[in-house]
Amino acid sequence: MSRLRPDLAIIARNVEPGSRVLDIGCGDGVLLAALRDERGCNVHGMEIDAENVADCVAKGLSVIQGDADRDLVFYPDASFDYAILSQTLQTTKRPDRVLEDLLRIGRRAFVSFPNFAHWRVRLSLLWGGRMPVTRLLPVAWYETPNIHHLTISDFRALAAERGITIERAWFLAGDRHMGEAAANFRAEHAIFLVSR
Amino acid sequence: MATVQVPAGRSVVLPEPLQLDSGQQLAPVTIAYETYGELAADKSNAVLVCHATSGDQYVASVHPVTGKPGWWDRMVGPGKPIDTNRFHVICANVIGGCMGSTGPASEATDGNPYGMRFPVITIRDMVRAQVAMLAQLGIDRLYAAVGGSMGGMQALSLAANWPDIPERVLVVGATATMPAQNIAFQEVGRQAIMADPNWQGGAYYGTGRAPDAGLSVARMAAHITYLSEESLTEKFGRRLQDRQAKSFGFDADFQVESYLRYQGLSFTTRFDANSYLYITRAMSYFDLAEEHGGRLGDAFERTGARFCVVSFDTDWLYPTELSRRLVHAFNATGTAVSFVELSAPYGHDSFLLDVPALDRVVSGFLNQ
Repeated sequence: MSRLRPDLAIIARNVEPGSRVLDIGCGDGVLLAALRDERGCNVHGMEIDAENVADCVAKGLSVIQGDADRDLVFYPDASFDYAILSQTLQTTKRPDRVLEDLLRIGRRAFVSFPNFAHWRVRLSLLWGGRMPVTRLLPVAWYETPNIHHLTISDFRALAAERGITIERAWFLAGDRHMGEAAANFRAEHAIFLVSR
Repeated sequence: MATVQVPAGRSVVLPEPLQLDSGQQLAPVTIAYETYGELAADKSNAVLVCHATSGDQYVASVHPVTGKPGWWDRMVGPGKPIDTNRFHVICANVIGGCMGSTGPASEATDGNPYGMRFPVITIRDMVRAQVAMLAQLGIDRLYAAVGGSMGGMQALSLAANWPDIPERVLVVGATATMPAQNIAFQEVGRQAIMADPNWQGGAYYGTGRAPDAGLSVARMAAHITYLSEESLTEKFGRRLQDRQAKSFGFDADFQVESYLRYQGLSFTTRFDANSYLYITRAMSYFDLAEEHGGRLGDAFERTGARFCVVSFDTDWLYPTELSRRLVHAFNATGTAVSFVELSAPYGHDSFLLDVPALDRVVSGFLNQ
């Protein structure tokens, strides 16, 4: 699974083989294909972009064009072992509702997002006074799809408030793993495995 | 159509009477069909293509009446998305049709054409007849069932009612439940035919008079619903037909009028008006949810098939919302389904026209 983006590789390694998986915002289906081919999972996807969906269909994947804000409600309770939302939470209109839906549909959920409290972002705001444009947040504020920036501490707080259990967490700086120490300051990117 | 002779192609006669949803029986039943590509020794490569309202079995071969290429020639053939080097493609004329399968123009047991004595049929009856045809051909599993528009409804009905037959189901620009607006348009078409004095209560065969004017109007009205406002504007705008100024009369001043009149008229050379009545009636009745106790999800509970549903952003006759409803029903039952709304300028007819993204989805879905 070395060809996967680092956050996706972490998710792929930590999904139990043979699971039923829904990947929301699955892009061109690279994670789903890996989970199917290498972990024997029963995989399904949702993706907003038609071109990406066509790519997925061409890979033999079952992917529906849909919007996490609108279409998750149509999945029955507990219909998947895992719901995966990678790099998408910050693009939704109501991240809290999407998170609730993930844990309604899936027994567990992987959620990954760029950490808005990373020191580079903080510096950019502190010294430049401008919304940051970084490697993980490469688009200017007026055209970014990221409409609900959040930090690692924000996510933990939301989880605590909604009674969501954080089973595991992984943090990345660049493509390197890092420990939990001062993650909210040092990590560019976080991946959480959560459940009820 | 009264003057049109349909050349005899391939056909089977069903061994048993066909039991219809109405409670009536139809016998004898002939099903005219065409095939493309070789059937594998283990019969694992059969693909059933179901045709739309005005289509027929000539999916990829020259039409014997019009001399035009098959209606899905761009999709079906060697090296095409439905690759006949790999698949054995079967396409049958629906019952109620007029290209060789038993329909209202066929002889009833008394030796006279059925006319309006032909029983009202449903989409499921059309599929039932094709299932019986497949059995005659020795095929009890399909690698895939594929259809656009009414063809898509047949593919869905097949999966819902004969869940063990198709392994894959591809549905383009269709719906699981016919909405009121479409029922309304279909009624306009039927009323245009029945209002034509040459219709004669449907008993026009052999009288030398056929309701061509009514059928033509029905086709004109339907044709508008197959196109997008954008494509009509692009193709015709307000341009005049072979003239410099408006005639201040009721000739076809505008190109779009001339085009529609031509479409209507040429339709009458290849289609039987009574067939149009029966086929649109079948579509109006189509409601897979109703057939399965009001819950669409229940319709697909027993099928292990994978589904692919495609809609087009400019199709206002079978808008994306209808496909989405279908997909949500699949989601509710955990069925393996893909869905995509493709962008194409041509409205409902996009499934028949040059949309490379559709080719990609079709070949991707069939080659998995």
